[in-house]
Formats: sequence, C-alpha cells, structure tokens
Amino acid sequence: MKLTVRIWRQSGSGDRGRMVSYAVQDIRPEMSFLEMLDVLNQDLITNGEDPVAFDHDCREGICGACGVVINGRAHGPEQTTTCQLHMRAFRDGDVIDVEPWRATGFPVVKDLVVDRSALDRIVQAGGYITAPTGSAPEAHAIPVPKHDAELAFDNATCIGCGACVAACPNGSAMLFTSAKVTHLNVLPQGRPEREQRVLDMVAAMDDEGFGGCTNTGECVKSCPKELPFASIARLNREFLRASR
Amino acid sequence: MSVVQHHVGRPVSDTKAPDVALERRWDERRFTAKLVNPANRRRHRVIVVGTGLAGASAGATLAEQGYHVVQLCFQDSPRRAHSVAAQGGINAAKNYRNDGDSVHRLFYDTVKGGDFRSRESNVYRLAEISTQIIDQAVAQGVPFAREYGGLLDTRSFGGVQVQRTFYARGQTGQQLLLGAYQALSRQIDAGRVEMHARTEMLDLIVVDGRARGIIARNLVTGQITTHVADAVVLATGGYGNVFYLSTNAKGSNASAIWRAHRRGAYFANPCFTQIHPTCIPRSGVHQSKLTLMSESLRNDGRIWVPKVQGDTRSPDQIPMDERDYYLERMYPSFGNLVPRDIASRAAKNQCDAGFGVGPGGLGVYLDFGDAIQELGRPAIEARYGNLFDMYQRITAEDPYQVPMRIYPAIHYTMGGLWVDYDLQSTVPGLFVIGEANFSDHGANRLGASALMQGLADGYFVVPTTINDYIGSNTFDAVPAAHPTVQQTQRDGQARLERLLSIGGTRTVDSFHRELGLLLWDHCGMSRNESGLREALERVPELRADFWHSVRVPGEGAELNQELEKANRVADFLELAELMLVDALVREESCGGHFREEHQTAAGEALRDDARFSHVAVWEHGDRPVLHREELTFDHVRPTQRSYT
Ligand SMILES: Cc1cc2nc3c(=O)[nH]c(=O)nc-3n(C[C@H](O)[C@H](O)[C@H](O)COP(=O)(O)OP(=O)(O)OC[C@H]3O[C@@H](n4cnc5c(N)ncnc54)[C@H](O)[C@@H]3O)c2cc1C
Ligand code: SF4
Ligand code: FES
Repeated sequence: MKLTVRIWRQSGSGDRGRMVSYAVQDIRPEMSFLEMLDVLNQDLITNGEDPVAFDHDCREGICGACGVVINGRAHGPEQTTTCQLHMRAFRDGDVIDVEPWRATGFPVVKDLVVDRSALDRIVQAGGYITAPTGSAPEAHAIPVPKHDAELAFDNATCIGCGACVAACPNGSAMLFTSAKVTHLNVLPQGRPEREQRVLDMVAAMDDEGFGGCTNTGECVKSCPKELPFASIARLNREFLRASR
Repeated sequence: MSVVQHHVGRPVSDTKAPDVALERRWDERRFTAKLVNPANRRRHRVIVVGTGLAGASAGATLAEQGYHVVQLCFQDSPRRAHSVAAQGGINAAKNYRNDGDSVHRLFYDTVKGGDFRSRESNVYRLAEISTQIIDQAVAQGVPFAREYGGLLDTRSFGGVQVQRTFYARGQTGQQLLLGAYQALSRQIDAGRVEMHARTEMLDLIVVDGRARGIIARNLVTGQITTHVADAVVLATGGYGNVFYLSTNAKGSNASAIWRAHRRGAYFANPCFTQIHPTCIPRSGVHQSKLTLMSESLRNDGRIWVPKVQGDTRSPDQIPMDERDYYLERMYPSFGNLVPRDIASRAAKNQCDAGFGVGPGGLGVYLDFGDAIQELGRPAIEARYGNLFDMYQRITAEDPYQVPMRIYPAIHYTMGGLWVDYDLQSTVPGLFVIGEANFSDHGANRLGASALMQGLADGYFVVPTTINDYIGSNTFDAVPAAHPTVQQTQRDGQARLERLLSIGGTRTVDSFHRELGLLLWDHCGMSRNESGLREALERVPELRADFWHSVRVPGEGAELNQELEKANRVADFLELAELMLVDALVREESCGGHFREEHQTAAGEALRDDARFSHVAVWEHGDRPVLHREELTFDHVRPTQRSYT
C-alpha cells in the first residue's frame, strides 16, 4: 500500500506545532500501525530528517504507553490500542491524520508524545489499598464472591493510556478514575479506605485540570479495554455516599 | 581444545547463605542480618532502578521501612514496566488443591526444571516465600481468578504435575504490577519515594570499591543528572532484546546491568536464554517484536503437525489419524506441558524436518478444537478470552475456528548479574533483583516463576539484606564534586556526544536487526562450535561498523528516541560477545543452552556434570575472566531430566 500520513510535528512545549504530510510506501496489511510509523521514521532518518517521536513499549496492547489520535479518533478506527491496530484497517491511497492526545491535563512533550503524569498523581492520591509488606493475612482468610472479583477485575484492566481523556469533549478523566475507585471499593480489602479514597482521587482529578463529566460516553467508545460506563455512575454514588 | 579469548580466574562462592539445614537458612539469615534503627533509616538513601515487579515491590517496601528511596524508570509511568505484559500466572506452594504440593516440591521442580544449574539455597528460599507473595497481593486488592465459593483458583503450567499457578485471566503480570505500583504510589504520595519517570540510568558510580550512586539522563530534557546514595538496587529486567526480535517490550535493555558489569559487577551465565515455545510466528521483514501466547494455553490446547511433510491442506481437512500430536507421543506423562526448552526444541525439530505449517513452514498448530467441544466455548473464553482476541487482532484468524499457529521466540534471560544469597553483586552496595540477576532459574525457567522471583526479591529478600549492608557499614558523604562522580558523569556525556557526532549512513535499527539475526542463528535455540566462532568474529566487526557508520539524528538536550536506542544497542553489541564466549566455553547442553555436539540419542540435552556443574561468572576485562561458582546438590540429586 501507498499512503499519505499527515502528522502533528511539534519540537517541544514552546513550539506551536503543525501538521506535516509524508508519503509512505511498501506498507503491508499485516503491519501494525506503529510498524508503519517505524517505516516512515527509518526513511526520515536516512534522508537526514528528524524522526517522529511517539510513545510505545510493549506493542501488545497492555502497557498503555502508545496512543495517538488517528483520523480524529483516539487509537483510531478500531476499539483497540494504537499498537494493536493493523494496517489492514486501511486502504491503498488513504490519507491518515495522526495527532497527539489533546487535553488540558496532557501537555504535549514532542510530536505525538504527551505528558500523562497527571494520571499517576490521581492514583497517588488514593488509588491503593494500605497493605504494608509482611502484614498480610492468609489469602484465603477473606473469600471474595466471584461476582465481586470479576467486577473488580473488569475495572482493574485499565491500562492508563489516557484515550478516554483524549476522546472526551471535556477532557475528563472520569472513566479512568472511576475504574480505579470501583476496582478497589468493591473488594472487601478496599472497604476501610473506601470514603477517603474516592474523595481524595476526585479532588486530585479536579486539581490536575481535567474537565467534568457530562455523560457523553465518548470515553467508553475509545477505551481499548472496554471499561464499563456504569463505573462512572458508581463513582458518583461513591462520592455522594462519602460526602454525606 | 578451547581457544577462546578468555582468562580463567579464581572461583567465587556464596558466603551469605548460613551453614544450617536448608529449611532454616532464610530464617537464620534474617536473624543474623543487622537491623537499622528505624529512626536512622530516613538518613539513608537507596536508589532503585526499575519499577517492574522487582523494582516497584522493593521501592515500596524500602520506603515503608523508612528509607529515602530514589527510583527510576525509562517509561513515562512506573506502571508501564515490562512486567505488565506477563500473562499466564504466578506460582506459589499454597497447596490449596491438596494435590500434593509443598514448598519442597516447588523447590524440587524448580531445581529440576532449571536442569540442575541453580543454587539450592536460593531456590529453596524462593519456594518458601512464594506463599507470602499471594497473601500480600490479595491484601493489596489484586483480583486473582476465583471459584464460585470465593476462594482462589489455580491452574497448571509446564514442567509440573500440580496446579499451583495463580492467575488473573491472561493479565496476571498487569494485575500484580498494578498492586506493586499502587503500593509504590502510596509511598510517593507520602514523600518517601522520589520518583523519576522517563529517566534512564547511564552508569554506576563506584567510590572506594562500593556502589554509591548512578548517573542518569532525563529523557525529556536530555539533562544528565547525578544521584548519590548508600546502596543501589538494579531491577532493570532481562536482556532478551539483544536478539532484536523477542517478546520483550521495545525499550527493554541491558544497559544498566552492562554498565555495572563494566564497573566491576560479575555477569553470570550470559548464554542462558529462554526460548518460549508458543509465540505468534513472524509475518514479514518489518516485524518489530514478537507476541507471546501464554504457556497456560497448553493446559487446553493440543500441539500437532501433519504426519506428512509439506502437507498444505487446511487444518480442518486433516483427519485425526493424519496428525502427529508429537509432544503427547514423545512425552506421554507431561504431554503438552513439558518444560519450555523441550517444547521449543521439539517444535523447531518438526519444522526443520519439514512438518511445519504456515508461511515458510515455520509454525506448528496449537489446537483448541477438542477443548471447545468438551468444555464449551464460554469456558475457553473465560480462561483465555484476551489471548484469543490478541491472536485474532494480529493474525486476522479466529482461533475459536482455526487452530493457532505458533513458533518459538526469545522470551527470558536466566543469565544476569551474579549475586550472592543476599542478592548483592560483586560490587558491595550493588544489589540486583528480578530478571536482571541470574539467581534462581538455572539453565531454564519454569513458567510462572519469574513473577514469583521478582516479587520475592523485592518485597521480602532485598529489604532484609539491605538492612544488613547498611547496618554493617559507615557512609561518608559523597559530594557532587567528588572526582569519581565527576569522571563518571563526563564519561556518560562523552559517550552520548560521540554517538551523536558519528553522522553515518545506517540507522540504529538496522544494526540491531543484524545483530539479532546473527545471535538467533548462532546462539539461539541450538548452538555449535563453528557457528559460535563465526558469530564471535562477526560481532566485533559489526560493533566497529556501528561506531563508524551509525546515524543518530537530533541533539542530546531534547527528547531523542534514536539516541536512547543507540545507547542501548551499543551495549547489546558488547554483551552479545560475552554471550557467545559463554556459550562456546560451556561444552555441554543444559536447559535452554543446547550444544548440538552434546545430545542424547533421543536428541535431548546432555549435561556434563563432571565438568560443568557450575555457574559461569564473568569479570569484565580486555579479555573476559571466567570465575566459576561450583554448584553442590545436597537435597536434589541431579539426574537426566525426564518428562516422558
Ligand atoms: C510477554 C511476556 C509474558 C510473561 N509471562 C509471564 C508469566 O505468566 N509468569 C511469569 O512468572 N513470568 C512471565 N514473564 C516473565 C516476567 O514477566 C519477567 O521476567 C518479569 O516481569 C521481570 O520483572 P522485572 O521487575 O525484573 O523487570 P521489568 O518488569 O522488565 O522492569 C524493568 C524496569 O527497569 C526499568 N529500566 C530498565 N533499564 C533502565 C535504565 N537503564 N534506566 C532506568 N530504568 C531502567 C524499566 O523502566 C522498568 O521499570 C513474561 C514475560 C513476557 C515478556
Ligand atoms: S479507562 Fe480505558 S481509555 Fe481510559 S486510561 Fe483506562 S484503558 Fe485507557
Ligand atoms: S505499546 Fe504498550 S499498549 Fe501499545
């Protein structure tokens, strides 16, 4: 396949940035989207140009490092991570726009790389269970009903990619935060810190400049791990309960 | 016979494991280890490089104990360390199923699985601690799979006949890492861990023979920073990416341990690398990494090839009696669950003999047809749903309908920096944990044992042994102006400047691919003397070529991903040579190290215990110096491994 990719180039936070168009050739359907960018970068380097910076690591959809907006959609046309999107989703001759996550909470570092450390700070505010090493009771001491364990798991699969924020018209981090709150609050181990956790995490989320949630649901459409929309309602309930 | 360019040095040995009964050693060590007054710990800084299972658990625990922890990772968040990708599970001798498991059996399985090339004391401790890891993870809220009664579920992994593997669907590593990351986050919030993400260690600072800090590069600004401390813990993962194509994350690298090696830390068993039998076959030259399909799939999937060579019929057209379920045929008692080295070699042999399937005949089938028929699709979906989805996304084939095609790939490195029972390297004050050390897996790691080791090291072992080191030593302040600090910083800076100034014609990736292919061909699934010698001639040439004609665009004082890669590949080009030397010198086959000259009539690895029952421990020098650590087996008698 031959493609035209128009990519956001920005040398750093001081630069205003712009879209630049590149032709890429010899793209095969079984390549991943990032392998297509690799091909482009190898060409750019050989031609003495600066390669496109983008975040990635595992390239198997689990580390959450990758993530760009492709033709206006966070992670592109399929509901998966950018690294698991394959070029068979495109056709010969296509023009593809590639941009970084855009959100107040995620300043651009360079080209397609953004700073998502705000998500770490939300977790630091309370996204944990206090369980100092060595003090744990025998694992079977507290049975967890299968249903609760599954619900916790469904929410714990979040990879922290930030697509939900990028997809949201308000730049809200509600899906991310609600997933962590739900994971920990439904488990018996998480109960003692249940109230403080939700209050602190929501406060941190607001402090980081993420917008409010207006239930547009764009987040779940872009979430590669299919986090449940219902978790946002659950977060709201937990928050009200704790604020009373 | 051997004319390798190396010297032989004096033997080394572990002096830290107490001389008491095997079962009492760890208890005894914990008792004899010096304690540090909690009020004083605050004044001691400990650097932890890495935030995988090993690093995150160590950082969180050391901070909880009161140390001032300085922690680094090269990713943008500690939660992304490569441990996140582990799929299948974590072993623990809980014996919840009452199927005859015990600490002793886990110990025995691990020593045997490692083909009798690991240290009994360390492995026993690992088995002992395994049960506490599960308790710790559950307390943190790790959502392990559970049964309807609310109790934890377990499954089988290769090389064992009990069900001791705990799992969280196909995302066990992710869930365990999030548990450790969250524990670390709590300490970051409390101000006890100073976390530096997007920061890469460039070198180790050794003052008066002791590890006293590191220099690092801020990957966003390019600034080179110095961190001094009283002890340094490396938890930087494995070096499988020396092969370019592997199941490791793209950023996984050997630089931290290699730099430490050059500063005096000995490197053990560099040639012991693990090839995982079930990975998605490569699809073309553009391939940037290989994707693992968890070993847990071998619980329900059956591996087969057509009975006639070059059979191009689609798998559903090949009747039962024309299929060769070769693992079940050759190893009736373990069947599809033989250890990895054996399963990988068997797949290679089938393909080499022309029975392989798929493009280039480089694949075998992993078939779930029978399991789906027997248990129903929902049961299979519940066990492996995310793996099946991943497979389908990558290959565009539906594994519920068509058998998966799989082929072996580089996955794990048993070799690493040499450490004693305290997990301390030959540089005092430098501790090495997780996949970065060589400690527990001998010549072959059993599935679900790396997560166990990383967490045992980080939560339980190193926090104890570091106390002993800090409690037994005094530490003068090392000022930033100290000549060694200054010199180390200048060295690091100079190396980066040199890389940037070469201005050649070839990309970093092109060198990395070439190196990887060379190693895969000559130091991969099987090795022989002439191939190793050939590669040993080629690697130094390639390295010289790299330093002459690589092109690293951009500047040092900015986010420069090509510079990061170049710096790592430069180290791989040195490490590769040591791997080859090690593979050449070890004239026997054991575990993942298969020397074609040394095999049984049935084609199995043939150990030579009389000559090679030791750890090969390498000191850096113009020519590497080989020190041996003799291994003694008082509790498990080395035998020819048998899984038939
Ligand atoms: C696909 C896959 C599946 C696996 N599945 C299983 C399984 O089911 N069960 C099992 O037991 N094992 C499994 N393993 C093996 C296991 O995941 C790893 O051995 C283990 O997670 C390694 O953990 P670690 O903490 O030692 O290193 P890692 O998790 O690799 O962490 C390394 C850390 O070091 C940092 N780092 C590295 N170099 C530098 C540097 N120079 N400067 C600063 N920071 C640096 C990184 O940023 C990272 O934080 C699997 C491995 C793979 C690849
Ligand atoms: S909720 Fe989904 S989209 Fe948001 S960070 Fe988590 S995985 Fe990514
Ligand atoms: S690179 Fe890890 S999720 Fe895409």
